[in-house]
Amino acid sequence: MDGNPSKVNDDDIKDDWSTTVRFAGDSGDGMQLTGGRLTFEAAISGMGLATFPDYPAEIRAPAGTTFGVSSFQVRFGEGLIASSGDHADILVAMNPAALKVNIKEVIPGGLIIIDSSSFNDRGIKKAGYKENPLNNNSLAGLQLISTDISHLTIEAVKEFGLGNKDGLRCRNMWTLGLILWLFSKDTNETIDWLENKFGKENILTKANIAALNAGHGYPENTELSEDILRKVIPTVTPAPGKWRAITGAESLAFGLATGAKKSKLNLTLCSYPITPASPIMHYLAHYELEGISIFQAEDEIAACCSAIGVSYAGGLGVTSSSGPGISLKAEAIGLAISIELPLIIINSQRAGPSTGLPTRTEQSDLMQAIHGRHGEAPLVVLAPKSPSHCFEIAQKAIQIAIKYMTPVMILSDAYLTNASEPWLIPDISKIKESPVSFGENQENFMPFERNSSTLARQWIKPGTKGMEHRIGGLEKDSLTGNISYDPENHEKMTNLRRQKIERVQKDIDDIVITGPLKGDMLIIGWGSTNGPISEAQINLSKNSIKIAHIQLSCLWPLSEKLKNIVAQYTHIVVVEMNDGQLFNLLRAEIAPNAKSITQVSGKPFRVLDLLEKFKTINKLGK
Amino acid sequence: MSINEKPSQLKPADYASDQEVRWCPGCGDYAILNAVKKTLADNQSDTKNTVFVSGIGCASRLPYYMATYGFHTIHGRAPAFATGIKITNPELDVWIITGDGDSLSIGGNHFIHVLRRNLNCQILLFNNEIYGLTKGQASPASRIGTVSPTTLRGSIEAPLSACELALSSGATFIARGVDTAIKQLVPTLREAQKHIGASLVEIYQNCIVYNDDVFKSFTDKSVAIEKQIHLEDGKPMLFGQDNLKGLAINKNYSALEIMDLDKNPNNINRVLIHDTKNKTIAYLLSQMNQSTMPVALGIIYCIEKPTLDSNYTAKLNSHKNNISKIMEKGQTWTI
Repeated sequence: MDGNPSKVNDDDIKDDWSTTVRFAGDSGDGMQLTGGRLTFEAAISGMGLATFPDYPAEIRAPAGTTFGVSSFQVRFGEGLIASSGDHADILVAMNPAALKVNIKEVIPGGLIIIDSSSFNDRGIKKAGYKENPLNNNSLAGLQLISTDISHLTIEAVKEFGLGNKDGLRCRNMWTLGLILWLFSKDTNETIDWLENKFGKENILTKANIAALNAGHGYPENTELSEDILRKVIPTVTPAPGKWRAITGAESLAFGLATGAKKSKLNLTLCSYPITPASPIMHYLAHYELEGISIFQAEDEIAACCSAIGVSYAGGLGVTSSSGPGISLKAEAIGLAISIELPLIIINSQRAGPSTGLPTRTEQSDLMQAIHGRHGEAPLVVLAPKSPSHCFEIAQKAIQIAIKYMTPVMILSDAYLTNASEPWLIPDISKIKESPVSFGENQENFMPFERNSSTLARQWIKPGTKGMEHRIGGLEKDSLTGNISYDPENHEKMTNLRRQKIERVQKDIDDIVITGPLKGDMLIIGWGSTNGPISEAQINLSKNSIKIAHIQLSCLWPLSEKLKNIVAQYTHIVVVEMNDGQLFNLLRAEIAPNAKSITQVSGKPFRVLDLLEKFKTINKLGK
Repeated sequence: MSINEKPSQLKPADYASDQEVRWCPGCGDYAILNAVKKTLADNQSDTKNTVFVSGIGCASRLPYYMATYGFHTIHGRAPAFATGIKITNPELDVWIITGDGDSLSIGGNHFIHVLRRNLNCQILLFNNEIYGLTKGQASPASRIGTVSPTTLRGSIEAPLSACELALSSGATFIARGVDTAIKQLVPTLREAQKHIGASLVEIYQNCIVYNDDVFKSFTDKSVAIEKQIHLEDGKPMLFGQDNLKGLAINKNYSALEIMDLDKNPNNINRVLIHDTKNKTIAYLLSQMNQSTMPVALGIIYCIEKPTLDSNYTAKLNSHKNNISKIMEKGQTWTI
C-alpha cells in the first residue's frame, strides 16, 4: 500500500486548542530524544500535554525500512489534553520509510519536514515506494519543508572535526532547532540541557549546540519564514508548584517507593527483563532510594517466588512483568493467595497472544488477571488511568495488599508505561503514614486467625520469638494453619478467601462519574483508555448528548454500586483495547444490555473513532 | 508449638513440631530428619531465626515437622523463595529442603542460580533417584535401565550428577551423605550450617516403596566399608578394611584410581591428601563410577566467596537517596 496523504477530511479532527507533532525516523535517529525536548519546552510553558512513543520490537532494525521506523508523538495545548492526539499537525520524517508509515496520520494542510538527502533511489526503494513521493504530487494539500538536513548538519559541525558518522548523529538537534523556531522558542533551555547532560567542554556538546543553532537559524537565513506559518506556544497557568514530565513507569516506581516508605517497609522489586515492563525495574535500580532495591531473577517464576520470599521475611515484595511473564508467575501467585501474604504484581500489558506485539499496547489480560490461576484464587485487580495516576494506584495497591494480606495486581499497559504527561510533584510529607504492625508476642497464637473486619490474618516475620509456625500451599486449617484435608475446612477457607477480597470494596469505593448522573449514555472504560474517552465525552457533551463517563480503576472486586449507576442511562457502552473482556464481565450481572467498543490494533483509541461510534449508538434511540 | 522461654540447652527433640510425621514407615527421610534435628541441637540453633523452605515432594514435607519457621512452597522453586527471604533478612538461618525431581528437573534453573549467587543457606538434596510422591516415575537422577511406570523397559536417559552440576554452577560447599550413615552425616550438616555461602549436601536416601535398595551396592553393611570413602580435609584419601585402600590420580590425570596398600605399602606415596579447595579433584571425586569405585562422602569441596546476601545488604545500605529529591531531579519547572 502506497502512503497517500490523509483521507480524513472531517473538521472534527482539527481542534484549535492543541498541536500535535510527530517525529519519525530510524530507531537510531534520536527521534524519542528530540520529541522529549519539545515536550519539555511545551511543559515549561504550562501547557497540558500527552506523549506517545511508538517503537519497533527490534532494537536496531535495518536502516531505512518501514519496520524499523520509530516515532514519538507529542500533543500540547491549553485545553484538556488527555490523549496524545489522533492526527499530527506536523510530521518530521527523517527518511522515506518514516514518511510512508506516518503520512496517513497527518491532517490536511499539515506540515511535513523532510531530510531530502535520504530521498535517493536507494532510500525510496527500501521504503517500498515505486517512485519518489516528493515528485509525484502525493503530498498535495500539505505544507512541505524539504531540505538536505544531513548536509546542513555536517556543515554546521565541520569545525569540531567530527567524522561523517558522528556529525550525522547531530541531525536530530538540527531538526529540533527548526521545530523550536516554528514554535517561536529560543534554544537556551536545550543548550542548558545539553551542557548539563554531556558536559560543557565536551566536543559532542559543542557540535550538538552548533547543529541546534543552525537548524534554528535556517528559516531566517533562507527566507523560509515567509512561507511557513509560525506557531506560538502560549503560556498558561496551571496549579502552582514544581512540575515535571512523568511516564507511567516512573510514576509506578515513585508510587511503589512512596507506598513502602509510608508503611515503613523495605521494598524489593524482583523481576526478569521483558518488554515493555523493564523500565520500572530500570528506574528503581537507578534511583537508589533508601530501603528500596531490585533483584533481577533468573526467570519470571523465580522473580515472583523471590518477591513472595521478600514479603514472607517482612519486606514488601513486588514483581513486574508483561503478559508472557505473568503467565509464568501464575502458580506462584496462587501460593501467595493461599498463604495470604502481601504481594504486588504489575502487568504492563502488551498485545498477545504469545509473543504477540511486544512493544504495542493492549488490555487483553483482564480475564487473566481476575481468573488466570488454578483453583478458586481471588485477588485484587487495579488499573491506573494515566501516567500520573500510576503514582496513586501503586500506593493504593500497597495499602490494600498489607491491610488484607493479599496479592494485588496492577494492570498497566505498553502505552501507559511509556507515555508521559506533566506532573505536579507531590509533597510526600503530606501523605499519611500507616506503619505495618507485625504480629508478635502472643499466647496461644494461631497463624490463620483473622481480623473480623478485614478477614486478614496477621503478618508474622520469621525471627519473631515464640511465633514459629509453618505455612505452605497445602490447604490449611482455618485457625492453626496446619495441613488439613477436611472437606468442610476447605469449603470454609475457599469462602474466606473470596469474602476477604469482596471486603476490599470498602477501600475502593470512589467511583467518579464525569457528566450527568442520568442520561442517554454511560461510557465505561478502564486503564489507559481514559484519555480518548474523556475527550470524546467532553466533545459530545457539547452536542447536547447527555453522556457520562466512568473510568474504573478497580476491576476486581467490582463495586456493587455499579449496578444502580448503570440503571440511570439508556445506553451503556464499554470501551476497551481487547475483544470485550470487561464488557462480558459487566454483562453477566451488572449491565446485561451493555454494548461493546473494542480495538486491538496495538495502538490507543482515536478520539475521532470513538466519537463516531458513540454517535452511532446514540442514534439507535431510546 | 513452642511459645515458652527456651531452656538454655536445646535437645534434638526440642526442634520437633507437634505435627505427626507422615512419611512411609522405613523411609530414609526419618533418619535425615533426625540428623537435621541433631545438627540444630549440636549448633544450638535458635528456632526463631531458623527457616526451613521446601519445594514439592516427599522430602519437602520436612518443614512441617520442625519447631522452627517453615515454608512449604511450590515445585522446584524453594531456592527462589529462599533468595527473597535472605536478601530481606540475612540474619535468618535458611535451610532449603529438596529432592532430585524438585532440584534437578523442574527446579534445575533455580538450583544452579542459587549456587552461582552463593546465597548463604543450606541446601539438603534428598536424592532417592525417583519421583516418590507422584508414585514412582523415573527422575533425572535415575540410572539408565531404571524400570518405572513411565520407563517400562528401563530408562533410556543418562542421569544428572547433582555434585558435578553444583561444581560447574560455582558452588562453594559441596558434600555428600547417606541416610544409612547418620553418624557421618551429622558432622557434615554441622559444617554445612557453619559454612558462609550456599552449602549443598546431597543425601542418598532410600525410597522403600518405589526404588528400594537402589543404593545397596555401597550402603549394605557387608560392603559399606569397601564402597564408601569418608573424606576429611588434610587427610589421605583412605578407605576399606583397615584403611588399606587409597585414592590416587591415574596416569592420564583423567580420573581417580584405587591404590592397594596391602600388596604394596609404597603406594601410600601416591594416595591423595584431601584438599577441599581443589576443584579439579572435587570433580573427579564426584564423578567416580559406583560400580568400580567407592562413593565419596563427606565434604568434597569448600571455599570462601562473598555471598549474595552480604553483597546485597551492602548495596542496599549504600542507597541513601530520598524520594522527594529524586522526583525533583532532572528537568522541572515551577509555576
